Amino acid sequence: MHQLTLAEIARGLADKQFSSEELTRNLLARIAQLDPQLNSFITVTEELALEQAKAADARRAAGENGALLGAPIGHKDLFCTQDVLTSCASKILAGFKAPYNATVVDKLASAGTVTLGKLNMDEFAMGSANESSHYGAVKNPWDLSRVPGGSSGGSAAAVAARLLPAATGTDTGGSIRQPAALTNLTGIKPTYGRVSRWGMIAYASSLDQGGPLARNAEDCALMLQAMAGFDAKDSTSVDQPVDDYLAALNQPLSGLRIGLPKEYFGTGLDARIGEKVMAVVEELKKLGATVKEISLPNMQHAIPAYYVIAPAEASSNLSRFDGVRFGYRCENPVNLEDLYKRSRGEGFGAEVKRRIMVGTYALSAGYYDAYYLKAQKIRRLIKNDFVAAFNDVDVILGPTTPNLAWKLGEKNNDPVAAYLEDIYTITANLAGIPGLSMPAGFVDGLPVGVQLLAPYFQEGRLLNVAHQYQQVTGWHTQAPAGF
Amino acid sequence: MQWETVIGLEIHAQLSTQSKIFSASAIAFGAEPNTQASLIDLGMPGTLPVLNAEAVRMACKFGLAIDAEIAPSNIFARKNYFYPDLPKGYQTSQMDHPIVGKGFLDITLEDGTQKRIGITRAHLEEDAGKSLHEDFHGMSGIDLNRAGTPLLEIVSEPDIRSAKEAVAYVKAMHALVRYLGICDGNMAEGSLRCDCNVSVRPVGQAEFGTRAEIKNVNSFRFIEKAINHEVQRQIELIEDGGKVVQETRLYDPNKDQTRSMRSKEEANDYRYFPCPDLLPVVIEQSFLDEIRATLPELPVEKRARFEAEFGLSTYDAHVLAASRELADYFEAVNGVCGDAKLAANWVMGELSSLLNKDNLEIEQSPVSAEQLGGMILRIKDNTISGKIAKMVFEALAAGEGATADEVIEKKGLKQVTDSGAIETMLDEVLAANAEQVEQYRASDEAKRGKMFGFFVGQAMKASKGKANPGQVNELLKKKLEG
Repeated sequence: MHQLTLAEIARGLADKQFSSEELTRNLLARIAQLDPQLNSFITVTEELALEQAKAADARRAAGENGALLGAPIGHKDLFCTQDVLTSCASKILAGFKAPYNATVVDKLASAGTVTLGKLNMDEFAMGSANESSHYGAVKNPWDLSRVPGGSSGGSAAAVAARLLPAATGTDTGGSIRQPAALTNLTGIKPTYGRVSRWGMIAYASSLDQGGPLARNAEDCALMLQAMAGFDAKDSTSVDQPVDDYLAALNQPLSGLRIGLPKEYFGTGLDARIGEKVMAVVEELKKLGATVKEISLPNMQHAIPAYYVIAPAEASSNLSRFDGVRFGYRCENPVNLEDLYKRSRGEGFGAEVKRRIMVGTYALSAGYYDAYYLKAQKIRRLIKNDFVAAFNDVDVILGPTTPNLAWKLGEKNNDPVAAYLEDIYTITANLAGIPGLSMPAGFVDGLPVGVQLLAPYFQEGRLLNVAHQYQQVTGWHTQAPAGF
Repeated sequence: MQWETVIGLEIHAQLSTQSKIFSASAIAFGAEPNTQASLIDLGMPGTLPVLNAEAVRMACKFGLAIDAEIAPSNIFARKNYFYPDLPKGYQTSQMDHPIVGKGFLDITLEDGTQKRIGITRAHLEEDAGKSLHEDFHGMSGIDLNRAGTPLLEIVSEPDIRSAKEAVAYVKAMHALVRYLGICDGNMAEGSLRCDCNVSVRPVGQAEFGTRAEIKNVNSFRFIEKAINHEVQRQIELIEDGGKVVQETRLYDPNKDQTRSMRSKEEANDYRYFPCPDLLPVVIEQSFLDEIRATLPELPVEKRARFEAEFGLSTYDAHVLAASRELADYFEAVNGVCGDAKLAANWVMGELSSLLNKDNLEIEQSPVSAEQLGGMILRIKDNTISGKIAKMVFEALAAGEGATADEVIEKKGLKQVTDSGAIETMLDEVLAANAEQVEQYRASDEAKRGKMFGFFVGQAMKASKGKANPGQVNELLKKKLEG
């Protein structure tokens, strides 16, 4: 039963092959049995899940037939879930039970999904290995000695290990796409503003975007259909109708123009990954696509720009964690300054502190122009590069990551090396365009991801290309041994 | 050495919107702590701000009223600092792109001359909460009811040259925001607060001296006292060979002195940057045109009209136009009685002292404009004298009648104009004072003049003030000279 995709679950539930409650109990047992190896869950919401599953079964018995009605999912632990621990994998939110639901959580709940739990992540979504969690590192089900990627590492590991058919994630610089690539999943980061950020605890507000991780494009379409849409509670949400993603899946690819940015295939890329990516291109050509080389000349500046803008916003976003109103407070503060210093000093982990300090520095008087303003200029140039590129091509294709999943602890002492893992994904966040990663095969038994980028609000096109590719290939159906 | 004072003011006006600037919470003053604080106001993780359109409309209204530049778009920025009553660890404010740009406000000085004060900018921002230090047994309480209340911070140019000018400016600004209906102007409740930037320089020197900022002065009287005190402090400091340091100071009204709060070195680096949770606010010309069409007559225009249309003096026009409510009251009185000068005299005289005595606002006046206007009509048609009118006014204030006519009727205050009746009464008065009549007739012209008043007094007393004073004068003269 745990091998079923969302689409298969929908059919199974509709045909009364099993109930949502049976499926939920099955997966809860599987989580209890297998997750200790992975550490992908921070909280398993067993009671809530069974309650929701029974409610979904009742709705179905009453004649409802939604695509996600009764489907078990999990939420990255930065989506606020009412009365359930919402930790951002940080000690500073120890014991914080959110007083409300994120819009994404509400939308999925009203579609009838069943929440099995809250998933591990890098602390405050800062990281690409899921090693910065206060609740411990998450392991990659394809090789338990390796990282699953981050920051949505718990979401990726749980879905890849068949503990869940799909999960929510967030992507600020690649945090959906990179773990999807490292665990053989399909994951999509929508256009900035497509999915509401209300209740999604912010890392870098102008870059953060929620999206799904699932085992194939069709399941991502099902999830995104429920997650997307305008939300008056988020001023950066875009008031534009949501496309029919399921309908988009079946468009033929004949005439699709694919751009291959030469900057994505240069030094730094593991050549074996490059070969896998080109194999995908060959497959897409067979489906009728045409290919041309393009250039995104400002891509080389993306990492420095990102590591100014994201920490700058984070340094401000994380100021509210001050030990005054919620979350962790140090023992016996002697005065206000002591309360702040120790609550934050003890509550935040090393990577979060590093980024708060970098961001604080970048915004400081005398440095603002040189760092923050300059980074914003680069951001505009990167956006312009994409706009220009999309005049000639429909999608841009390249590797999702430069390297395969690395060993746990391997890059702990070299934050810059870890930052460079985001090199291919960060530009989509800076420009605000949608991006998708899908399985492209294996190297040494480890998954390789290929990334597709599209113009604003063309999520349907990305899902379409991925789905058509998945109709003629089987990489995405591979499960890790032991799961 | 002769010193010149240079003052610039920052006024925080609390906008009288229904809800907060970024949340739907109410902003009523005096509610139980934290009962008007939503998830957004509490800075709960994951919450996001949504801008209150009414606050934008009010700021634009203000901008139009001071002839300011209003840019096609303005941007909210975060001002980052830690304080327990600042829930998010930053205040959402505006920095490089405020909603209201350069404008001006004309003020009237004590000698009646006009002075134009430049306004650098006005920007929207959210207020912080309050820290409560009493009754918490060594701890502090936090009340976030006020957090997120919309403020318009109005920054003046350093165009003000004395404490009196500063007060005139704040009063004019107070009247303006109330005219516009964008702020209730209640200084005691903190709806209008003032920071004063004060420096001194030798007369004739072009560059400014080092300034000190006096925070949160919240009455007209304290503004004057705080500035005067600070000017004196700076002059004495410099004359004693010292130097003014740039710092923030607090005014203590009990001790009538300012004291240092923090120096420039201790000041926060606020690390302003554009708030990524809010989009730039786009102001369409059509939006401004629509607001302009609803602008009320402003104090300056009203004063000019009062002078031109009613022939009032500059002083009277200024007093009456000081608040929209007072001006409306005056115009209503005038509408009933059709005599602007009498209406002005009564509103500024008897009515004002009545209100002052009982500490009432014009809206709470116990005598309505219709009542006062009706009474003035009776002065004009000689039904009552000005002196009797004061009695009628007092009776109206005490609720002893619904109209002046009713009071006059009930109390029998109608003026006596029947010359026969007056003559009879005068004969009695003269008979009762035969000795004085003799003296009068024996006196020269100069002495007679003085004594005449005595007879008038006796006559009015005998008539209980009701005899028409003109007729009394005339007939009395005839009889004495007779």
